[in-house]
Order: sequence, then structure tokens, then C-alpha cells
Amino acid sequence: MQRLKFFVPIAVFLILGVLLWRGLYLETTELPSVLINKPLPEFELENVYDNQLVAKEDLPEGPFLLNVWGSYCLPCLAEHPTFMRLSENEVIPIVGINYKDQQDAALDWLETNGDPFAFSIMDHDGRLGIDLGVYGAPETFLIDSNGVIRYRHVSVLDEQAWQNIFVPAIEELESEES
Amino acid sequence: MLRLALILVIGLSALNTAGSAFAQVDTFEFETEEQQQRFRRLSNELRCPMCQNTNLSGSTGGVAEDLRREIHRMIMSGMSDQEIEQFMFERYGDFIFYRPRLRAETVLLWFGPLIFLLVGGLVVFSIVKKARTSSAGTLSEEEQQQLKELLQEQSADNQ
Amino acid sequence: MVPEFGQFALILAFCLSVLLATLPIVGAARDNALWMSLARPLTAGVFVFLSVCLVVLGYAFVTDDFSVQFVANHSNTLLPLQYKITAIWGGHEGSFLFWTFMLSFWMLMVSIFSRSLPMDFVARVLGVLGFLAAGYILFMIATSNPFDRVLPLAPRDGADLNSALQDIAFILHPPTLYMGYVGFSVVFAFAIAALLSGRLDAAWARWSRPWANMAWVWLTGGLALGSWWAYYELGWGGWWAWDPVENPPLITWLLGTALMHSLAVTEKRGVFKSWTVLLAILAFAGSLLGTFITRSGLLTSVHAFASDPTRGVFILGFIALTVGGSLVLYALRAPLIRNESSFSPISREVFLLTNNILLVVAAASVLLGTLFPMVYQAITDNLISIGPPYFNAIFVPLMALLVVALGFGPISRWKKTSTAYLREQLTMVAIAAVALGVILPLVITLEFSLTVTIGVSLAFWLVFAIARDVYNKVANKANRWQALRGLPANYLGMQLAHFGVAVMIVGVTLTSSFSMEKSVLLTPGQAIDLGDYDFQFNGTQPITGPNYVGDEATILVSRRGEFMRELHPEKRIYIASNSPSTEMAIDSGFFRDLFVTLGEGRESGAWSMTLYVKPFVRWIWLGAIFMVIGGITTALDKRYRKLLVRDQLRRETEKVPPAEPQRV
Repeated sequence: MQRLKFFVPIAVFLILGVLLWRGLYLETTELPSVLINKPLPEFELENVYDNQLVAKEDLPEGPFLLNVWGSYCLPCLAEHPTFMRLSENEVIPIVGINYKDQQDAALDWLETNGDPFAFSIMDHDGRLGIDLGVYGAPETFLIDSNGVIRYRHVSVLDEQAWQNIFVPAIEELESEES
Repeated sequence: MLRLALILVIGLSALNTAGSAFAQVDTFEFETEEQQQRFRRLSNELRCPMCQNTNLSGSTGGVAEDLRREIHRMIMSGMSDQEIEQFMFERYGDFIFYRPRLRAETVLLWFGPLIFLLVGGLVVFSIVKKARTSSAGTLSEEEQQQLKELLQEQSADNQ
Repeated sequence: MVPEFGQFALILAFCLSVLLATLPIVGAARDNALWMSLARPLTAGVFVFLSVCLVVLGYAFVTDDFSVQFVANHSNTLLPLQYKITAIWGGHEGSFLFWTFMLSFWMLMVSIFSRSLPMDFVARVLGVLGFLAAGYILFMIATSNPFDRVLPLAPRDGADLNSALQDIAFILHPPTLYMGYVGFSVVFAFAIAALLSGRLDAAWARWSRPWANMAWVWLTGGLALGSWWAYYELGWGGWWAWDPVENPPLITWLLGTALMHSLAVTEKRGVFKSWTVLLAILAFAGSLLGTFITRSGLLTSVHAFASDPTRGVFILGFIALTVGGSLVLYALRAPLIRNESSFSPISREVFLLTNNILLVVAAASVLLGTLFPMVYQAITDNLISIGPPYFNAIFVPLMALLVVALGFGPISRWKKTSTAYLREQLTMVAIAAVALGVILPLVITLEFSLTVTIGVSLAFWLVFAIARDVYNKVANKANRWQALRGLPANYLGMQLAHFGVAVMIVGVTLTSSFSMEKSVLLTPGQAIDLGDYDFQFNGTQPITGPNYVGDEATILVSRRGEFMRELHPEKRIYIASNSPSTEMAIDSGFFRDLFVTLGEGRESGAWSMTLYVKPFVRWIWLGAIFMVIGGITTALDKRYRKLLVRDQLRRETEKVPPAEPQRV
């Protein structure tokens, strides 16, 4: 019985070892959003084209995508073709948040590359971004028909991400609503 | 020895005329010293959401800069520290706090060291008790008797 | 062609270390003198070939051989020569080679300085170290080869060394830290050798102590250098960030400190033997944990090297083998170990035991805080952060308790100390310490702060307790000054190191409580004051360096109206990587540091900048220097040298193996 206490160190070590081993395979690259299943925050920002004020009520009927982009953002260019395809085929409305950008640079970017967005609003100082828990462009949110945030995707939304993540998610939303 | 220490510390100081820095510089205005302190504490204790492992005050640009600006705005608008922290929590979750909040899941974290200390105390107690009652290094009554007999035998043999 | 020599040498080193890991240990078990005698030459061989590896890698850097992947990733033609060489440890593969080289260096030292030890013991020690070396080299060959080439298209130029690493501290800190970290492998090997042979006695403790102390000295130095570097590198006056990569060496240091003290008890009194062996295994485990965390991508940190689960799995497997194996050996053999004496509840043994427990609790707590986010994520799938607020809240009270016990330890007696004696010795000390802790800050700052009072009281408690004990030792001698110089090195070293703790406490307390900083936007000619000091901004001018361009500002610093000196902070852009960095300007002093960090320049010529006044911050590292000097002093104690000589003489005259030390 006395001898058992000498086995305590190896026992503790084994537990630690298992924890460390599991820890190796954890994905720590993304910060999970805490706004999932919460309603979109209120806002009032200008449209990038005509400076008209846009508020939460002016957003499309869901489900729709809310994409955080900037003219300075290279990965945004990488996901741009996917958005163009979605917009051309009218798969799902996409609203852009022009995040911490200059209006003329943003307009230039849209003209040069094409505008997949139903419209873009300008978040110059990043306030809306903060309210959404954004920590860098690009990020894309999936909003349902009740204006509730259902999913956040960090970094490039390429065709693979669209097929593997968004399509099933949207299907689930639609079956929910029926 | 003391001389060596002094030479070393002065020598190291001489080397130390320049160093890189990765801190940013904000120039926010505050009305009172207390507000300045609160700002410093909050930007030190909140984590930058996009950096590897730095606080808001140690990060350049990006979200960190925006968040510091927000903290300044919130302090000036009269929000309490708790309200500011709640604001951050609602948007970025637990990740943003370098001081983990005490909840059911973090009880083990906060009380762990106390538990370790208690276990340690018990270990000391049991070792001291054992050392006290042990006769290591000394002979028992019976053994002393045996030793006496052996020695008497020895001296009898030698005569 | 030349890098292939490095590759070759690495493989040879591996073969030799495998032989070293097997033959001498088997030889010791089977009493085969020939196999045991292979230990020293094999050790020398491993050292030689690893040196070749290091030299080859250095050569590749110095000759700008960008066909070697590691060189291409971490160097550049514009990089100054000294950084080309130190870039060896600027990335994972090279620093791991360096780590392994350090191990072979310690092995060589053990091989040379163990002439008076029994052959079977030396064979086992070197064998265990050889096993470690074999594992590390295999890891390099399999997953992290510094000699990998980028053929056939070698890049024209390299990616450059991270600008943060182009600094003198980078030349000093990693080698010093690694020497300490790796050094604890030696005591570990001694412990395993003792468990394998079944012999664990005071002699074993005596042999182990200098090695433990030296490893501790290097680790203390390495940590202090790291802290100093962080201080002027990060630019906001912080000197310890509780970063997941900083914590493991601290954990090892805490365990190593406990080990050092435990070895002292085992040597002098023959008790705590199995506890000491366990500590030796744990301290070593701490160093492996550090390697694991830095190189496996387990935890996010500003200075993690790489994110690669394969490497992580390998290291973890190796840890399981060595530490797990050692702990099993410990569980099986330790119950057989007997105490050689007893002690009362109030005795030096118990004070040292308390010190040990507090240090181990501190180490366990830091480990808890370091690993908890990972565990939390594994269970809840959510992320949590644990940073300085948590660690400081946990660590500081534990250290305060430790310092209180520290006052009692040296002055107490072995086996039994009467409480009356302790009261007599320390009551005045305690009263004086608390009095000064309350009065001194009050008088100087005209404010009362509980933290400052506690910190200052603790420091004085320690200093006065040291003074009291030293006084006791020389009071009755005719010539006190001579008696002081005649005190054994062991004792002087201990008190010096403890004194260093007090100095460090003063530095930490005062800097944490009284640092000042201010961020301002200044136009040329404008001035601002902070504390007693006035800072006047006198504009900037462009500058060029060997691998960067930038702006240099001029700040005139005055104190109470009197001009003191100029400071020249810079804003740089490193050409190769296009990355910006700020060089702050520091005026360092014995009682305070002043520094200025530049922010951004405006078109108007105005610059934003932050000014800092940090009182007593140098005392933190001054304390560490005292600890280092104290530790070195203890290792130089005449006892070890006298005994070394005596043992040597005995061996030579008798030409027989030494009498078997008492069996456990």
C-alpha cells in the first residue's frame, strides 16, 4: 500500500501525456465566433456607391451572405471569383462590408474586378466589424431569414468551402424554415 | 565578488543604449489620471484577437488599434470596467481576457494552485510524522541488547 | 559539397551515440570492464562529430550558401557577420542541432571531470546521456535536418533573419538558456544511474551537486538574459510575459532550485533521497516539455518555432520513453531506498522540505496555467486565454511564502531547532523588516501601498536574516573580516544567491508599483515632463544601416532643470523583408531606466512617442547576477576539489576499485 504512492508520478505523467497528445491535433488557427445564433447588431452605414444610409432593416430577406472585404486585402481577391459566380447565378444574395477602407479605392476595386455584392456598406472605422467580432478580412457570415447569424467563415471562401460548408448549412436553414 | 557584480550590471547597461520595440503608440487624451490607469489596465489585460499571443497594448494596427480606440471611447462615455469587459465578451468571447473569468469550467484553474498547496502541506505533514516516529539510524532496544552480547562475545574471544 | 559533410557527421554521431547508449550500460550490468571503458571515447566521438556539424552549418551561413534550406530561410547577404553565425539558432532545425551539441558538451565535461567516480557509475551516466543524444539526433535526421538542400534551384538570396533577432541578446540568450536547460540532463543521468545500480547514498548526492548547481547557474543566467531582452525588445517595459514558451524554462528552474536544495539535504543528512531522485527526473522532464511546446505547435505564442504535429508526436514519444521509463524505474526502485537519519518537526530539514514543496507547487501551478487553454479547448471546443493577470495572482503569493521560509532555512539547525532559538534569532529581524517596509516607502513616496510594503519587508527580512546568520558565524572570531573571508565557499555562495533573491524582489516590487509612462504627440521643439524628468523632442533625421533604412529622433532629457543627455530612438525598415521595427532609446541607470519609443511620424514633422520611467528595473537582473555568482561560488567549494584529489590519490595508490559505498 505504501508502495502505491511511488506510482503517482507515472500516473500523473500518463494523464498529461494523453492530454498533450490530443492537444497536438487541435485546430487553433481560428477564433470561433461568439455571435452564432445571435441577431445581427444594429448599424447605420453609408452605401459605397451613393452614400445613402443603410440600416439593418434594409438588408435582404435571408438567408444571405455578409462578406467583410477591403481593396487592400489579397485573399479577398482569391475568393472573388466564387462570389462572382454566386451572384451571376443568383444563388444567394451577398452583402459586402467594406472594412476600414477608402471609398475611392473600394470603388476602383469593384470596377476593376467586378461587383458581386447586392450592395456594399462602408465601415470606415471598423465599428461594425467589432460588433460582429471580426478580427481581419476576409470573413463571411451566413445570416438566416430572421436576421440571426448562423455561421462565420474566416479567410478565403473558395469553391471547396462553398460546397463543403455553406451548401449544407444553407440547405439546413431552408429545411428549418419549411 | 561584489565588484564583479557591479561591473557586470554596469557593463550590461552600457550595451543597452538601444533596443527594438514592437509596441505601438496611441495618443489618447484623458481627463483624469484614473481614466488613464483604467485604459492601461484594460489594454494590458485584453488579448489581441488577431495576434499570436499579445495584449492590446502591445499590438500594432488592425483590430487591436480599433479596440483600443473603443476602450477609450467607452471610458470617456462613463462606462465602468465591468461594462467594457462585457462589451468585449459579447463580441470576442473568453479568448479576449487574459484574466480568465471564474466559472464552473475554470474553477479547477483558479483553485488548482490552492489544492496543490494543500496537498503539499499534507505531504510535508506525513513526511515529518514519519521521520519523527521512525528510528532510522538508531537501534531498537532489542538490537541494542544483541549488540551488547556480540561485543561481549568479541572481547571474550580476544582474551 | 560541404553541407554533405555535416550530414555525414550527423549520421556518424548518431551511430556513436547508439553504441554509447547500449554498450556501457550493458557493461555496467554485467561488470564488463571493456564495454564500460568505451563510454569515455564514445562520448568524445559524439562531441567531435556534433562539433563538425555545427562548424559546417556555420560555414554555410558565413559563405552565404543558400542551397542549404535552413540558411536560405534565416539569412541574407546583407546580414551582418555576427548574426549570420548566430542565425544557427535562429530557427528550429539549427537551434535543435545547437541543443544537441550542448548536450554533447555536457557529456564531454562529465567524461573529463568524473575520474574519481566508480567506472560502472560513469558508464551508466554517459550511457543515459548517450541515449538522449541518440534520440535527439534521430529526431533531426528524421524530421528536422538542418542540412536539407534546396537543389537544383538555390535561391539568389535568403529570406533574412527576423529583425527582432538581430540583437546582442540573441547572441547571448539562447546559448546560455540551452546550457542550463540541457545541463539538467546530467543530474537526471546521475539519478538514473543511481536507480539502475541500486546505490543511492550521500556520496551520490555529493557527486551530483556541482552538476546540478552549474546547470542551475546557466539556467538562471539564461532566464535573466531572456527577461532583459524582452524588456528592451518589446518596448513597453515588460520583462516577463508568462508566454507559453517562456514558462517551461521557468518551470524547470523552479524544479531545479528545489533539486539543488534537496541534494544538499541528501548529501548532509542522507534523507529525502527518493524525493531528490524524483525531482531530478521532473526537472529534466521540464526541459523536454519546453522543447516539445516550442517545436510542436501545441500552443500559440509569439515565439513558437513551428507548427508541425509530426515533430510533436516524435518528441512526445521520446518524452514518453525517457520520462515515462524513468518514472517506472523510480516507482519500482524508490521504495527500497531508506532514510539514513531522522529529524524533528522544527529543523532545517523541514524548512528545506517546505521550500521544496512551495517551489514544486509553483512549478505545478505555472504548468497548469500554461496547459489549461489546450485542455479547455479539447473538452469544450472553445478558446480561453490565460495570461499575466492569472499567473501573477498565483505566483506572487507563493513566492512570498517561499521568501518567508527562506529567512528561517539557513539559520535553523539540522535535525532539531528549538523555537526559542528561532525566536531569539529572528524576532528583531522580523520587526525591523516590517518597520522598514512600512516606513521607508511612506517617507519616500508619501503614500502607503500594501504591495510595496510587503515586497520591501520581504526583501529586508531576507537581507537581515542573512546578515544575522553571517554575523553569528564570525562574531566569536578574533579577526572578523578574516573569518568572513574564511567562510566556506558553499556557505558564501548560498548567502550571495539568497541576497540576489532579495535584490530581485526589490526590483520587481518597485518597478511594478512605480513605473510611469506617457504617450504623446510632439512637434519638434515641444517638451513634456514625466516624474522628475523633462523630455524635449528636437526633430528627426534619416538614417541608413547595413540592412535597413529609417528615421532617428533626438530627445533631450533633463532632470529638475538640469540637462542630462540625448536619446536617439529610431524607426527602421529592414530592406530584405520590408518589415518595420522601432529601436527605442534607453538611458539605463542603477536606480531607474528612462526610455523613449517612437510611434508614427506625421507630415507636419510631429511624431507620436511613448516615454517611460522605470524605477529599480535593473535590480531584477542584478539580483539574477548575484544568484549566478552565488551558484558558481558553491560549485567551487574546496570540499569538492579536496575530495576529488583525495579520491584520485587513493585510486592511484591502491589501484583497486573503491570500496562499495553502502548499499541502499
